[in-house]
Amino acid sequence: MSSTEVRRARIMALTSGKGGVGKTFLSANLAAALAKRGRRVLVLDADLGLANLDVVLNLHPKITLHDVFTGKVHLEDAILPAPGGFSVLLAGSGLVEYSRLTPEVREQLQRIIDTLAPRYDHILLDTGAGISDVVLYAVSLADDVLVLATPEPTSMTDAYATIKVLATQQQRRAMRLVVNQVGRIGEGKVIRNQLQLVVDKFVVPLLPEGASAPVLELIGEVPLDPSVREAVQKRQLLAQMLPGCPAALAVEAIAAKIAP
Amino acid sequence: MDAQTQTDPTDEPTRLRLAPALQLLAQSGRELPDRRAVAPVVWMQAVIDALCELSSRDALTGLSNRRQFETALASEIDRVARAGEPALVLMIDIDHFKKVNDTHGHSAGDLVLKGVAQALHECIRPMDTVARVGGEEFAMILPNCPPSFGLTVAERVRTKVQSRAVAISPGQQVFVTVSIGGAFAPQWVRSSAPLWIERADQQLYRAKAEGRNRACLEQPTVSLVSAEEKGLLFGTSKFSELE
Repeated sequence: MSSTEVRRARIMALTSGKGGVGKTFLSANLAAALAKRGRRVLVLDADLGLANLDVVLNLHPKITLHDVFTGKVHLEDAILPAPGGFSVLLAGSGLVEYSRLTPEVREQLQRIIDTLAPRYDHILLDTGAGISDVVLYAVSLADDVLVLATPEPTSMTDAYATIKVLATQQQRRAMRLVVNQVGRIGEGKVIRNQLQLVVDKFVVPLLPEGASAPVLELIGEVPLDPSVREAVQKRQLLAQMLPGCPAALAVEAIAAKIAP
Repeated sequence: MDAQTQTDPTDEPTRLRLAPALQLLAQSGRELPDRRAVAPVVWMQAVIDALCELSSRDALTGLSNRRQFETALASEIDRVARAGEPALVLMIDIDHFKKVNDTHGHSAGDLVLKGVAQALHECIRPMDTVARVGGEEFAMILPNCPPSFGLTVAERVRTKVQSRAVAISPGQQVFVTVSIGGAFAPQWVRSSAPLWIERADQQLYRAKAEGRNRACLEQPTVSLVSAEEKGLLFGTSKFSELE
């Protein structure tokens, strides 16, 4: 680590297409795993309007991004310490009105990220379900994008749709893939290969001539593990409640890939 | 009413001025449990529930009113954004309603509104919302309505109204038609209520402009993922490696 140059957090957006595949679960637990590796991590709840990071982390915020947007509080006051040793910036459900991406919302998000980037090593953007303009904008602010899917056909289809939109509209050439709820280790690789096959056949022809093919990198597969449900229900981090369970180890392995 | 004269010391609500509310409920035909037969809190809850119910209804037709419609639309938008299920909004306007009023009088006009409301109510499923949102304008929210069914549903509504005779006086019937405009919520995208209604309204204008008594639906945007792409995603034998 050099102290002379201004360091800036690596910003990674987590997105999935379909909702309910474990995006917020992964954001929180991955942040904790990165923090455990000594990194300074902020999770920004970019699921404007349908935020539930607070539910997963059992936080009861009085101040949210909403208050920052409306100028009621300083950005600093809205950043909360989370149980896993990382920071969170919660959207708050009052943000429904921002779910249309106005220039003001764009400007506010950009400003917030620019302000916070020098203070952290990693900023995770927990985006909303779907491929709305807010989600696409949040992803466009990120250096890296992590697409989360499960082996369920609807999830795979939506993950593919997300990858297609990001490749064609945002010229993403590298996307990370995590497959959640796999029945057995190895299933993630099959899904990654299958998605890549369809990307090569159907997305590549849509790209400008000479453009390189988008590449999906499988950075982890999280096994279907009853511990996850238990932790989510108890609103606790998996690594704190049931350390060593298969899903917790899988999340740690992902953190090790992101922050070697 | 005896609301002020009861002396049960635990009966806090007796100090409230309930007479106007109770009168309103009596007028609208809402029944409350016998006050002496249930606990005060139970009775009070029944009053509140009845008032809520009353404030969500259109006084003339008994359908949901505009307020209730907006609440239902907002929650449907959240559901669609999260679950990605298709949902359809229909805006329904009675054709040449002014002519009914001008020819037969306003009380006949009221009967026509009630008749149309009844016809619309008969078209819906329990989870649907049908509301009177303006003078002669109605709206429907149809959750989980696939795009391929949209026009069939709208046409069913249209023909139901068309074939309904409204008796406006003994021996006198009128028939009215409606124009319908519809738009689906964009899947996965969190829309806003004004935008969604605006898209349906545009189709309603189109139906009016094309001659009324018809249903026009916005063409759903082409799916991001074609059948061919899905075929390749799931159709090959790669998954058999796992079995």
